[in-house]
Amino acid sequence: METLERTQARLSKKALYLRKLKRATHLLFYRRHRRPGVKGWELRKRLGSDYPKVIGLLDAYLEKLDLQVRTVFEGDPPSDKPTLEQLDRARFFITLRGGLTPKETKLSGWRIDDIAGLAIAISLIISKKGKASRDDVENMLRDKLPGWRVDINLDRYVRAGYLAQDENKQLYLDWRTRAEVDEKALVDLLMAVEGTKQQKS
Amino acid sequence: MSSRPQKKKQGNERLQRIIDLSRAVEERGLDPFQVDVDDLIAVVHEYFPEWETIDEFSLDAEAVNRLASVIKLQGEWVSHRSTSLYTDPFLVEEKLRKLSRESLARLFLNAWHPIVELEQISSYSLIEAVKYWQSLLPLDERWTKTTGLKTELGAASRDELIMQRIMSEKAFTEELEVLWRELRGKVGESQKILYWEFVGADTYEETSRRAYMTSFLITYGYATFEVHRLEEEIYIIPFDKPRSLVGKKQSVSVPVSVSYEEWRRWREHKHD
Repeated sequence: METLERTQARLSKKALYLRKLKRATHLLFYRRHRRPGVKGWELRKRLGSDYPKVIGLLDAYLEKLDLQVRTVFEGDPPSDKPTLEQLDRARFFITLRGGLTPKETKLSGWRIDDIAGLAIAISLIISKKGKASRDDVENMLRDKLPGWRVDINLDRYVRAGYLAQDENKQLYLDWRTRAEVDEKALVDLLMAVEGTKQQKS
Repeated sequence: MSSRPQKKKQGNERLQRIIDLSRAVEERGLDPFQVDVDDLIAVVHEYFPEWETIDEFSLDAEAVNRLASVIKLQGEWVSHRSTSLYTDPFLVEEKLRKLSRESLARLFLNAWHPIVELEQISSYSLIEAVKYWQSLLPLDERWTKTTGLKTELGAASRDELIMQRIMSEKAFTEELEVLWRELRGKVGESQKILYWEFVGADTYEETSRRAYMTSFLITYGYATFEVHRLEEEIYIIPFDKPRSLVGKKQSVSVPVSVSYEEWRRWREHKHD
């Protein structure tokens, strides 16, 4: 009798988490605000206080599909395990776990030039402590892109949320870069490039 | 030894320089360690006993505030250098310059994990759509405002086009040659004629048409201009044969105003 009760309890717990998993999927996949993603406190409101556990389960499930739940904290990411308060203020997104192939990027409407330009702008800003003057970024982009596209591309990166610009024409990394770009991996990859791979012309 | 007003003036200038320097570091992202804060604090300290007015104290406070911002930037600089993200900016620039666009894009794709999302219509946008729909006028009301006059379809004759001034009675080159012959006939022994004497006609419309055609006489090498700048006179000199000057001589545009006022003045002068 006792075993049956325990089994019933386990089954209802499983059903409960399955329901929460579905709800989390709906919340995270469908865009409901101007910006994609869901704030931690919204998840807590809809899923309950154990939402970090639900998100962990969803993340493990999405791994098979090459997707992941990415957490973007306000300010610098915590060095230790994040507190519930930090998680509440963070924003959660579904992103690709792996990378895209050049062919796949064409389908998403980004040209190789656009991606190279974005890589330059982000790398340059990271190397300058997260802030670089628009003139400096434009000068660097002019090296790789036709002059008439430099301004257009920079404006496009700003509109898409990758970069932000202040009234002094200083460029910063914006929310989409923090959500989509592994900044450390980008810098490491750039630094790891050897002379043989570099442009010959 | 400098007098007190002189020292105040000197101090004022030095504080202003400190503010400008600190602001430049802050706004342009320069290396904050290029500012010797100790040295500048000593300057602020040196001139502080001289200040008396509110403006002077405000300037002093502004300088101290700016220096505090520089110290904050120095702190951030140090903490950034200690993070794993720190890389020498010059090294990064060097790498970026040397890499091809394709290599840069491929490299970036390994660090880029785009957001996956599904777009859907929200209740807010549905309400907006209903509001828009309700504010629209019925179709028949909208169409009455935009429809034009109904006309029968049919072919227009050449005479009708000439009447409507869509098509000229003569072919363009034919008309040009007629004007050229007229020009050659009108010039006397001097082989030239004043511009207004040639283009001027009884009506302003005809004058405009002649001025327009004359510009083609010049462009196509049937005639040329002789401009007397001091007298402000322009003569037209016809050629015996059309000359093609394209590529042989640098062409110069001569703007000639043929306004209604000028035409009226010319006409009055002619009748006098």
